[in-house]
Amino acid sequence: MTIDWLHFTPWASLAGGILIGLATALLLLANGRVAGISGILGGLLRPSRGDIAWRVTFILGLFVAPLVWLTMRAMPPAQIDHSPALLTIGGLLVGIGTRFGNGCTSGHGVCGIARLSPRSLLATACFLAAGFVTVFIVRHVLGR
Amino acid sequence: MNLVTAFLAGLLFGGGLILSGMSNPAKVLAFLDVAGTWDPSLLFVMLGAILVAAVAFRFARTRVRPLFGSQIHVPGAGRIDTPLVLGSVTFGIGWGLVGYCPGPALTALAVGGRSTLLFVAAMVAGMAIFEVAERIRAGNEANRGGTRAAAGPSGE
Repeated sequence: MTIDWLHFTPWASLAGGILIGLATALLLLANGRVAGISGILGGLLRPSRGDIAWRVTFILGLFVAPLVWLTMRAMPPAQIDHSPALLTIGGLLVGIGTRFGNGCTSGHGVCGIARLSPRSLLATACFLAAGFVTVFIVRHVLGR
Repeated sequence: MNLVTAFLAGLLFGGGLILSGMSNPAKVLAFLDVAGTWDPSLLFVMLGAILVAAVAFRFARTRVRPLFGSQIHVPGAGRIDTPLVLGSVTFGIGWGLVGYCPGPALTALAVGGRSTLLFVAAMVAGMAIFEVAERIRAGNEANRGGTRAAAGPSGE
């Protein structure tokens, strides 16, 4: 293992993480909701009365965040050069998997671990392991 | 009022993803590439987020209701079952293929170009496929339950 010191951003990432934690705290204490993004988005596909508007406005906040960011400074680049087929397969797997497993990096990885939920600890270990193995196969076995 | 706080929470969450570098799929993939030149930044994102969230969840336990709402919806202990493991592994494979998980993908939507749009469309389609499958499964189960309930009393 070689550390990528050139791109390693401990302070910005820690500060960004703290912002994510504050957002989680705000949604929990003000609205009584857990900030699991896949759950918030997925809930819109199972609409029930009085449970739609807060989901839409939360997601709207996610959309608007880069636009607000751009008024202050340049956006960090988003490097993405995958083929349309790979983007589609990846998107489908993320969509199905997060709903089937009941959470993603935010729901299980942040909120679940913060509550020391055994379910979330296991889920996080599973998706991290699957991510490590997938990148290993793609980059070091298939050599892409 | 709870719509304002939901919007602000989304804004803050998105800002955190941008500041931390997680809205860039290449940075996430660099974290997942432990055998290559490894960028441990994501660990620091999780550390910051979990520490703050842990305080909030602890504090939430002392509250009966949220500021703008009637109930604090925190999931119960829940079972560790096959869907949890299979779903998480499936998600992890998709995450490792592209480098986007749901939050960063939605955040990057306005600025991420067609690739991000395609990923988000496929992700929502995946969620819809799950929803349809769930409804079919629930329907089948209700049918089975229905026949059993109908057979029950007549059998006695």
